[in-house]
Amino acid sequence: MKLNKVSIGLIAVAALWISSCKPKNAAQAVSGDAAQKVYVAPGQLDEFYSFVSGGFSGQVSVYGIPSGRLLKVLPVFSVDPETGYGFSEESKPMLNTSHGFVPWGDEHHLSFSQTNGDYDGRWLFANENNTPRVARLDLKTFTTKEIIEIPNSAGNHSSPFITDNSEYVIAGTRFSVPFDDENGDIPISSYAEKFSGALSFISINPESGKMAIDFQLKTPPVNYDLSHTGKGPSSGWFFFSCYNTEKAYTLLEVNASQRDKDFILAVNWKKIAEMVKAGKGRKVKTKYAHNVMDENTHTATSTIKDEVLVLDIADLKDVCYYIPCPKSPHGSDVDPSGEYIVGSGKLASLIPVFSFSKMQKAIEEKKFEGDFDGIPVLNYEAVLHGEVKKPGLGPLHTEFDANGNAYTSMFVSSEVVKWNLKTLQVIDRQPTFYSTGHLTVAGGDAKTPYGKYLVAWNKITKDRYLPTGPELTQSAQLFDITGEKMQLLLDFPTIGEPHYALMIDAKKIKDQQARIYDINKNNHPYVAKGEKEAKITREGNKVHINMTLIRSHLTPDNIEGIKVGDEVYFHLTNLEQDWDLPHGFTIKGSQNAEVLVLPGETKTIKWQPKTAGIVPFYCTDFCSALHQEMSGYVRVSPAGSSTPLQYGTGDSAPKAAK
Amino acid sequence: MRKNTIIFLFGMSLFFAACNNGGTQTANSTTSAATEQAATPAASDTKSYDPKRGEGKFDETNVQLGALDAAMAGKGKAIAEAKCFSCHKTSDERLVGPGWKGVTERRTAPWLMNFITNPDAMIDKDPEVQAQLEICLVRMPNQNLAETEAREILEFMRQNDGAK
Ligand code: HEC
Ligand SMILES: [Cu+2]
Repeated sequence: MKLNKVSIGLIAVAALWISSCKPKNAAQAVSGDAAQKVYVAPGQLDEFYSFVSGGFSGQVSVYGIPSGRLLKVLPVFSVDPETGYGFSEESKPMLNTSHGFVPWGDEHHLSFSQTNGDYDGRWLFANENNTPRVARLDLKTFTTKEIIEIPNSAGNHSSPFITDNSEYVIAGTRFSVPFDDENGDIPISSYAEKFSGALSFISINPESGKMAIDFQLKTPPVNYDLSHTGKGPSSGWFFFSCYNTEKAYTLLEVNASQRDKDFILAVNWKKIAEMVKAGKGRKVKTKYAHNVMDENTHTATSTIKDEVLVLDIADLKDVCYYIPCPKSPHGSDVDPSGEYIVGSGKLASLIPVFSFSKMQKAIEEKKFEGDFDGIPVLNYEAVLHGEVKKPGLGPLHTEFDANGNAYTSMFVSSEVVKWNLKTLQVIDRQPTFYSTGHLTVAGGDAKTPYGKYLVAWNKITKDRYLPTGPELTQSAQLFDITGEKMQLLLDFPTIGEPHYALMIDAKKIKDQQARIYDINKNNHPYVAKGEKEAKITREGNKVHINMTLIRSHLTPDNIEGIKVGDEVYFHLTNLEQDWDLPHGFTIKGSQNAEVLVLPGETKTIKWQPKTAGIVPFYCTDFCSALHQEMSGYVRVSPAGSSTPLQYGTGDSAPKAAK
Repeated sequence: MRKNTIIFLFGMSLFFAACNNGGTQTANSTTSAATEQAATPAASDTKSYDPKRGEGKFDETNVQLGALDAAMAGKGKAIAEAKCFSCHKTSDERLVGPGWKGVTERRTAPWLMNFITNPDAMIDKDPEVQAQLEICLVRMPNQNLAETEAREILEFMRQNDGAK
C-alpha cells in the first residue's frame, strides 16, 4: 500500500511539466490510457499484422499491432543464416540475377494483392531497389515464393505498387539509364538525349500468383519515386510521381531541385494493356532472372529470360499525361474514393490535391500547358482540386481513413498531419520522434481503410531508447486515430530501415496459416519419407546423404567412408508432421550456414571436409527434452583411402571389424 | 503497486488536461484491443476423460473391427514406415516410444484411433500416457494422419499382434 518512490518521483516530474508545457520534448508523454490500448495480455493476439519493409536489411518483418511485438523476420532479398535461406542448395536460385548470385537487397515498399481495391490476403509483393527485382510472398506460409528481375531499370523504387484487381504489379525506375539493347558506353553528360526511364508492368496469374513482365513503357529520362493505382472511377489508371524533370545527372541535390514543378505521370494502363494484346510494342533484347520456388519439391529454379516487350510512350496517343506537381513529389497517393490524387512535394510548403474527374475533363477539353518530350502536360489549375496550405515541412507520403481524412508525414518538421480531403483544412498535427518517412494507416492505401491505427516510420531515433553505441534501431510510433485528434500510444524498435509498411486485419490471414508441409506431397528428389529411405549414395566425389530428422535423432547418425575432397550434400527431411517442430542442422567447421527444416520439408546443405578426422553434427533447434542427444558423427578419411562407405543409426550403425 | 500506477497515470492525464500543446486527450478512449480480447483459457477438464475410449472423434460406433484385412494392413505399414517407425519398433522394445507389440491388447480400438489422431489432448489427460511420457520424455507427435490412414495403421497393429 505504500506509495513507491518512483511513482512519487514521476508525479513530481509530471507536475514540473505542467508548468513548462514544452512541445516537442523528446520525452513528451502519452495520455493515461495509452498503456491499456497497446496492452495485449499474455496469450492474447494482436488485432493487426503489420508487414514492414526492412530497407537495407533486404528482408520484411512482421509486427503485431497494437502491441508492437516483432512476430517474425521473413527472408526475401538477403541471405539468412538463421534459416539457411540463400545457403541451402534449394534456395540459392532465389537470389540469382543476370549478374549472378546476389546475397543482399534493399527492400523499400510492399503491396498486398487486391480484389476490388481491397486486400484479399493472398500475396505480399516486395521491391528491391539496387538490383531491380520484385518478390512475391505467400501469406499462407509467410515465405518468398518468387523473385523477378526488372530489366532496363536501375534503382527500382517506384515499386511494387499494384492495380486494384491485382492485374499488374508495377516497377518504376528511380535512375534513368540507357536501355539494355543500346550502347551504354557513352558520356554521362548525354543523359538528356540517350538515357530513358522504364515503367514495368508485371502481370500476376490470378490463380497461382506467378509473375511475368507483360510490357515496359520507355519514357523520357526522369526519376520515378512512388506510384499508386487508381480505384473506383480512376480504376484503370496509375499515377507515378517523377522528380528530376531537370534531367540532371550530377549534384542532383541542387540540380534536380530547380524547377517549380515536376510531374505526376498519369498512365491509362488498361488502354495500354489492350494495345499490347493487339500486338503493339517491340521486343527488346535484354537479360533478367525469374526465380520460382516449387511448393512440392521445396526447390527453387532460376531461368534467365532474354526479351521484353517495350512501348515508347512518345508513340502512344491519349494514354499518358503529365500533371504538374510542385517541387520533387515523393508520394503519389490515391484516396479511397478514387477521386483524389495527393502529391507530396517533398520540397514544397503545400500539398496539392488533384481531382480525377477534373483531369478527365481537362483531357477532353485539351487543357494542356505544353508538352514534355512530346507527352502532353495538363494545366495545373484545371486538374487541381485544391491545396493544403502550410501543412508542415517536407511532406512525403499520405494515407487515408474511411472518413474522408488524409494523414501526411512530414520529414523536415517531424510530425504527422491530419487533414480533410474535401475542405483541405488541417485538423490535427502531432510531433514524431524524429523525421518520419512513410506512415501507414491500417488499410490506408485500400478502397476500404480500417483506420483505427497509424504508424509513423521514423528515420532518426536519437534519445528514444537506451543508447546502443553509434548505431541505433530505427523507431516506429503507433497512434490511435479513432478520435478527432491523434493519440500517441507506443514507440517500438524495428529492423533495418522500416521504409514502408502495410497493416492488415489479422482475421484476414491468421486462419489460413499452414502449420506443416504435407510429407506425402514432398517431391524433393532426395526426400527420405521415413528412416527406411535414409541412405547414402556416392557419385565420384559427390556424396548424397538422404537423412531424416525427428525427435530426437538423425538417421543415419554414424557415417564412415567420407573422404577429404568429397562434396557432401546433406539432404535433410524433417519427418515431423506437427506444428512448430522444426529441426536444424549443422556440422563442425562448416563454411556454410545452418539450415532450419520445417515439418515435412527437405533442405540440402553442402559440406566439403578439408581434413581427416571425426566430425560431429547436431540439431540446432531445441526440439525436445532429448535435443542434446540429437547428434551424430562423420568419419572423414584421407583422400584416396579405402574406408568403405557405411552408415546407420542404433542397431544399424557400423560396427568395428573384429 | 497497481494503485500507484493508477495514481501516476491520473497525474499524467491531469498534466495533459492542463496543457494544450500535446493535444493527446481524446474523448473516446474506452475500448481497447486488450479488453476486447480478454478471455480465460479453458482449464483442461480431466474429470470427463474416459481412459477406455480416450478423447477424440472415435468410439465403438465408428470404429468397427472385423476379420483382418491384409491389404489394408499393408497400406498401414507403408504409412507407418514414413511417419511412425523412426520412434516405434514392432517388437516390444522401446525406441523413442513404446514398442507396438501387444498395443492392441493394452488399448481399445477407439482409444488407439483417438490417440494417434489427437495425441496432444490425450497426453495431457491420460494417466497411462503421462506415465509413459515420464519414461520417454518425448511427446508423441501429431503426425497429421488422415482418418483412413489412421484406420490402416490400426489394421497393421492388429496384424502385428497376430489378429486373423
Ligand atoms: C517422435 C517420436 C514418435 C513418433 C514419430 C511417433 N510416436 Fe507414437 N509415441 C511416442 C512416444 C514418446 C510415446 C509414449 C507417449 C508419450 O511420451 O507421449 C508414443 C506412444 C504411442 C502409442 C501408445 C503406445 C502404448 O503402448 O500405449 C501409440 C499407439 C503410438 N505412439 C502410435 C504412433 C503412430 C501410429 C505413429 C505414426 C503415425 C507414431 N506413434 C509416431 C513417440 C513417437
Ligand atoms: Cu532437433
